[in-house]
Amino acid sequence: MTDMHERATQSPAAEALPAISPGPLDAPLESKRMVINLGPSHPAMHGTVRMLVEMEGETIAKAVPEIGFLHRGFEKSCENSTWTQCLPYVDRLNYVSSTLNDFGYLAAVEKLLGVEIPERAKYIRVIAGELHRMCDHLTLVGAMGLELGAFTVMLYAIEGRELLWDRIAELCGARVTTSFGRPGGVERDLPPGWAEKVVASLDKVAALRDEVDALLTHNRIFIDRCYKTGIIGKEDALNYGFTGPCLRACGVDYDVRKAHPYLVYDKLDFDIPIGSNGDNYDRYAVRIEELKQSDKIVRQALQQIPQGPIIIGDWRIVLPPKPEVYGTIEGVMAHFKLLMEGIQVPAGEAYAYSEGANGELGFYVVSDGSGRPYKCHVRAPGFAMLSAIPQMIEGQLLADLVPTFDTINMIGGEVEQ
Amino acid sequence: MKELLEGLKSRFPEAITSAYTSPRGDDYLVVKPESLPEVARCLRDEHHFTLYIDTCGIDRLLLPENDPRFEVICTVRQGQAPWKKLHLKAFVAEASPELPSLAGVWKGADWWERYTFDMYGIRFTGHPDLRRILLYEEFQGHPLRKDFPLRGRQPLVAERNFQDLTRGPGAQLPVAESK
Repeated sequence: MTDMHERATQSPAAEALPAISPGPLDAPLESKRMVINLGPSHPAMHGTVRMLVEMEGETIAKAVPEIGFLHRGFEKSCENSTWTQCLPYVDRLNYVSSTLNDFGYLAAVEKLLGVEIPERAKYIRVIAGELHRMCDHLTLVGAMGLELGAFTVMLYAIEGRELLWDRIAELCGARVTTSFGRPGGVERDLPPGWAEKVVASLDKVAALRDEVDALLTHNRIFIDRCYKTGIIGKEDALNYGFTGPCLRACGVDYDVRKAHPYLVYDKLDFDIPIGSNGDNYDRYAVRIEELKQSDKIVRQALQQIPQGPIIIGDWRIVLPPKPEVYGTIEGVMAHFKLLMEGIQVPAGEAYAYSEGANGELGFYVVSDGSGRPYKCHVRAPGFAMLSAIPQMIEGQLLADLVPTFDTINMIGGEVEQ
Repeated sequence: MKELLEGLKSRFPEAITSAYTSPRGDDYLVVKPESLPEVARCLRDEHHFTLYIDTCGIDRLLLPENDPRFEVICTVRQGQAPWKKLHLKAFVAEASPELPSLAGVWKGADWWERYTFDMYGIRFTGHPDLRRILLYEEFQGHPLRKDFPLRGRQPLVAERNFQDLTRGPGAQLPVAESK
């Protein structure tokens, strides 16, 4: 995936314009610094972040992000719910790709429980997760187009996302907040005929993605806004804790799916696109390339998926099937205990991580042996990226803040918990 | 990973009280608070732990072993293959909840330490800008402490003085003096 940089540099737009010689008429005017308050209800701030920028003319001299407007007490709520009841809260972290959050959280719970989920459940998790990853990337690309003045792109990208969300709704029962995973597996099996519908939708999404690609990737205005703006270097990115597409855009090939394969990612053939400049353009291009890779992963997984159970059969963790509940005393007891007391997770602590749509999504969970998490800490990938925003935009134009804020794809739900 | 843990343990016999792999496969270094930056620098410069993951506090109040009350866990990861991760653990007493900041070693620690301060009231000494991050300045208490009630109300906050945004930073508007 090295051609994305070349694509940008070969494009006529990227060639530097001849510099205008500074004459007496071009001498800079005396100007006073001005403080501008962006957000939290500014559309370009995605509704949740307040940014105080100190402007020197059109240039940002200093930027101070202020977050917390969407804080809902995620950790405190989880500490007061059973392990299964946390799932709806977890869904609402990154609400654009909720199944990825679910599976990340469940990986931590399953690590504490010490259970291995069935093979078919692993495939279903990969399929649902990758579909949601595509939704996330399509949203980013669409929103980016919208905020840089290309409304059409938004319409194409959102049409693609709607197609995928329809398939997700057929699988999980909800488009956005799915609560699809369960400790030990997934909630339900693939509906009959679903795989064919997904492939048909993927074809349509691929066409829409190519349309978006054609509209933006070589677009002069788009390149002018994105190429070499919001740059962050490799060392700084690591230092700040960048992961996911934003780190890969700097040329670091860290992807949890390859570095520490989980579920069945080691059986699937896909590439990790990386950029080289660490600018907005590369972060965008990595996303477009990842859409193609996710498409590939879903198609392979649908072909490879084996038959078998979708959830483990341990009634201390998983609700017994309804005929057992209504027909046997053991079933009733297991059902009652599980609903009233929750899953009895052994005491201990564990950190589990997976590749969320924007990077390493980690959950640090502590159990005291009761039915509720003693602690459930989320390591939101966007948190690190947002903290680097001042460094990325100081000294650049105010207009560069908008694409930079887009491409780091900070999701208020998970960053502000 | 085992060699790394043992190597670090023998290199910092005073600072590292124990180095172990948990039954679930996570690697921990338990470090004395005052030596945290020293061990952190060694990890970053000599063992490639350049990718900062997060800082996480735990209030052990309701757990069987709850003295000292708080623990802080910093997770770091190698910035190159094989991308190993390591948890640095430090215990913090309730009487003086202080810990040296790692923001000078990894920039990513800056916000996560603000988060831990916000939620647990653990002060990170040497932090460049230790303010609350998710909650507002006037918020009373630290909500993730186990003795913070689940329900309750915060007192009303007095209106803050504001600066005239249209004219930029400068003298405050003479609101009170006009009478």
